[in-house]
Amino acid sequence: MSLSQVEAATESDQLEPGGANLRRAAWRRLRRDPVALVGFALIAMFVLVAILAPLIAPYGPRDQPGAGLITPTTIPGPSAEHWFGLDEQGRDELSRIIYGARQSLLVGVVAMLLGMAGGLVLGMLAGAFGRWVDTVVMRIVDVMLSIPGLLMAIAIAAVLGQSLTSVMIAIAVINVPIFARLLRGQMLSQRESDYVLAARSLGVRHRSIVLSHVLPNSMSPVIVQATLTLATAIIEAAALSFLGLGGADPSVPEWGRMLASTQLYLASAPHLALFPGLAIVIAALGFTLVGERLREALDPKYRR
Amino acid sequence: MTNSATGPLLDVRDLTVTFTRRGGPDTRAVDGVSFQVSPGQTLGLVGESGSGKSVTSLAVMGLLPRRSVSVEGHVYFDGDDLLTLPRDRMRDIRGRDMAMVFQDPMTSLNPVVPIGVQVTEVFERHQDMTGEAARKAAAELLDRVGIPDPGRRLKEYPHQLSGGMRQRALIAMALACRPRVLIADEPTTALDVTIQAQILELLKDLVQDTGAALIMITHDLGVVAGLCDTVHVMYAGRVVESAGRRELFAEPRHPYTGGLLASVPRLDAPRGAPLQPIPGSPTDVLSWPDGCAFAPRCPNRIDACTGAPPPLEAIGGRTLRCVNPLPTAEEVPA
Amino acid sequence: MLKFVVRRLLLLGPILLGLSVLLFFWVRALPGGPAVALLGERATPESLARVEQLYGLDQPWYVQYSKFLTRAVQLDFGNSTQTNRPVTEEMARTFPATFELAVAALLLAVAVGIPLGYLAARHYGRWLDNLSVTGSLLGVAIPVFFLAYILKYVFAVRLGWFPTQGRQDPRMDADHPTGLYVLDGILTGNLEASWDAVMHLVLPAFALASIPLAIIVRITRASVLDVVHEDYVRTAEAKGLWERTITRRHVLRNALLPVVTVVGLQAGLLFSGAILTETVFAFDGVGRFVAEAISNRDYAVLQGFILVIAALYVLINLAVDVSYGLIDPRVRVK
Repeated sequence: MSLSQVEAATESDQLEPGGANLRRAAWRRLRRDPVALVGFALIAMFVLVAILAPLIAPYGPRDQPGAGLITPTTIPGPSAEHWFGLDEQGRDELSRIIYGARQSLLVGVVAMLLGMAGGLVLGMLAGAFGRWVDTVVMRIVDVMLSIPGLLMAIAIAAVLGQSLTSVMIAIAVINVPIFARLLRGQMLSQRESDYVLAARSLGVRHRSIVLSHVLPNSMSPVIVQATLTLATAIIEAAALSFLGLGGADPSVPEWGRMLASTQLYLASAPHLALFPGLAIVIAALGFTLVGERLREALDPKYRR
Repeated sequence: MTNSATGPLLDVRDLTVTFTRRGGPDTRAVDGVSFQVSPGQTLGLVGESGSGKSVTSLAVMGLLPRRSVSVEGHVYFDGDDLLTLPRDRMRDIRGRDMAMVFQDPMTSLNPVVPIGVQVTEVFERHQDMTGEAARKAAAELLDRVGIPDPGRRLKEYPHQLSGGMRQRALIAMALACRPRVLIADEPTTALDVTIQAQILELLKDLVQDTGAALIMITHDLGVVAGLCDTVHVMYAGRVVESAGRRELFAEPRHPYTGGLLASVPRLDAPRGAPLQPIPGSPTDVLSWPDGCAFAPRCPNRIDACTGAPPPLEAIGGRTLRCVNPLPTAEEVPA
Repeated sequence: MLKFVVRRLLLLGPILLGLSVLLFFWVRALPGGPAVALLGERATPESLARVEQLYGLDQPWYVQYSKFLTRAVQLDFGNSTQTNRPVTEEMARTFPATFELAVAALLLAVAVGIPLGYLAARHYGRWLDNLSVTGSLLGVAIPVFFLAYILKYVFAVRLGWFPTQGRQDPRMDADHPTGLYVLDGILTGNLEASWDAVMHLVLPAFALASIPLAIIVRITRASVLDVVHEDYVRTAEAKGLWERTITRRHVLRNALLPVVTVVGLQAGLLFSGAILTETVFAFDGVGRFVAEAISNRDYAVLQGFILVIAALYVLINLAVDVSYGLIDPRVRVK
């Protein structure tokens, strides 16, 4: 058997249980799963609203069409003119929610990608090299995980100063150890699996095994985690913004900040808390549903 | 005791087990199986994995899940049909009158509960024994199944025992209430070869001592040869041949039985004679209504094998489900 | 067992050390440098000079770090710029409230989550199961502060069943020897004060419990589903044990092992969840103080609280590991 034949053999489906084939089957299952379809619909709605915001929003995010209607005791609720009512400055709540989707999506996606990239690099270093590299990386990961995520995000955002970039970086950093640990664990278990031992015994080079076999087969749980991370990143961004650590410009609508600013009007204008809150739930729920169902579709252990 | 001493203790008639699956076809795992065992007798249920022998035993014990499984037929024990018994009555019988030893001693013991508790809970449940009395009885029991230093072992956890010891502990639990029927499902498969013989010897002795009926489920004809009085060979959910041990070994009539025997190494075979595995795999089956399920792998296949299911017929002291059986000694031209 | 605890404790050292390094550099990275960060932007030059001298900010970093470490070990984190009182004192003042809230939330999550997860698994695929699965997915997707708003609006503002904010009615004449208001009422014989404190706890505890509850339900359900298919549960059934015994001794004792780990992890996270919950309910605890410290740029407070909360989180996880060793005999021996 020549080396290329060995590689061809190790790439066949029988030898690699976690490969692309499994992902295709999972994808087929997912397309027939009503819960996942609901999730996809929610995500699609969220993404479309974010992209098309200027086209579908009835007003601009800073317009104050109802400025004259606001008094210290009354903030008009939903009406035919303003479906989600007005906010405390006479701005159209629906338009603010629609524009807020942009911030949410942007922060969620960027934070997830940055966190995943950082985590994958660390995890790959630990998983591929082992020994002291592994020890050092995992110690760093342990320390990072010893601080509750939100607290760490607060600390980082405080250092970086008030901006949307700080929020993204802060949330990215708290996701780094999660991805690092996940990928390392996957790579370790893959390294011990039969097809890798087979490839190694046939003299395939270490780097080639890692890049062409171990890494691709470790990706399924990473994809699941990335989907779930989008949900938590959106919620964490909203939490930071709720605590006053969001973007620098308070006139840019952010769902978390919108919720925080309604605290004084909860009794008189509950719609100001309801709509931004629901918006966060819808966005987060979409990614949660798809992520969970994807996990079940990919992992035979969850399938019953 | 409603039965006379000579009647069968356990009488299984037309047992049929069907697994139903939502969005899939039903699977008939056991199809019209019948057998009887009397006290002190050992019956072997033999077949490859997937032949339905384990499902048969679980159905007799009432251990199949209630959902998505349908069990039909009759399991008479002591005059009662166990399949129609209320669940709590069945619980009273399980562990007291009928007990079971499972295949894998590694996974069949609760890892976080001491051995002692797992033994004494049987006494507590069925014999109103508690505390010191139950502990003493458990220690005696462990001693009887050949576990040394039982006092210490009772306090230990399963992972602290060797595989053979664990299987002995499982046997002890099964024998705690001196059951009248003991079902052993591949009790030696997961053990080292040297331990296997000891465990079989133990089962044999215990059955002789207590006069229990033993149902031995195995794929290993060696086990059958050393232990069983009668043998039922199962294939694809049905009994294909049943006979006394001596008759079966001397003269297998069903080609499947013949194949099983030929695939076992024998001391009386000429040196260097190759073992003959049965061609094909247990997944190459015909569904019974279309003919003999073994036909796709059968060396003796004739046209009559397919088309209609072969009937189970009594031929000279044995029952056989085959339209073209292997020849008897008289029929073989010398 | 002792060895196990000691080894876990030894692992704790590097983590806490790493944590202190992180925090040390964090303060130095804050806008305006550590002196401004710790004293606030309006600090006088004299006080800045005093802090620089106190922290040895003119000395090399390793001297600074060792000073920082010495002070941290003595729980000296300087003064809060909001209240001008030592951070440690503020911690001691606000901690009991959060402790009370966290315990209430955790009790709620465990007391509801474990039975619900168990029942969901037992009714697998039926409406109760679907409901709990949906609920647990929703539970992690709802931001804690939004849930807090909903609860506050519906049950406090609209229905008036519970107070909208605070820990106790300020008009109530109550002594607080421990700072745990529910306990204080009992200790001082003022049950009315206790009851009032409980009523103030209900809504924030529900809000804070939502995520741990969702996760505990999910893990318990998955774990029970795994365990009921284990061989040892079948063994227990074969012994004829009562369903009660099987559930308690054989199913739950194994199924709860992973749940313990999760409960511990979630317990540690309650403190960061409290930052959001306490803000909504104006509940005067650690979380609210931290939230205020964030908006007031009170870095001395943040630094001290992060270190203490993280240390607490690590200690809770250690406690969980150790208790895991107590319940699982396999860990104990290793």
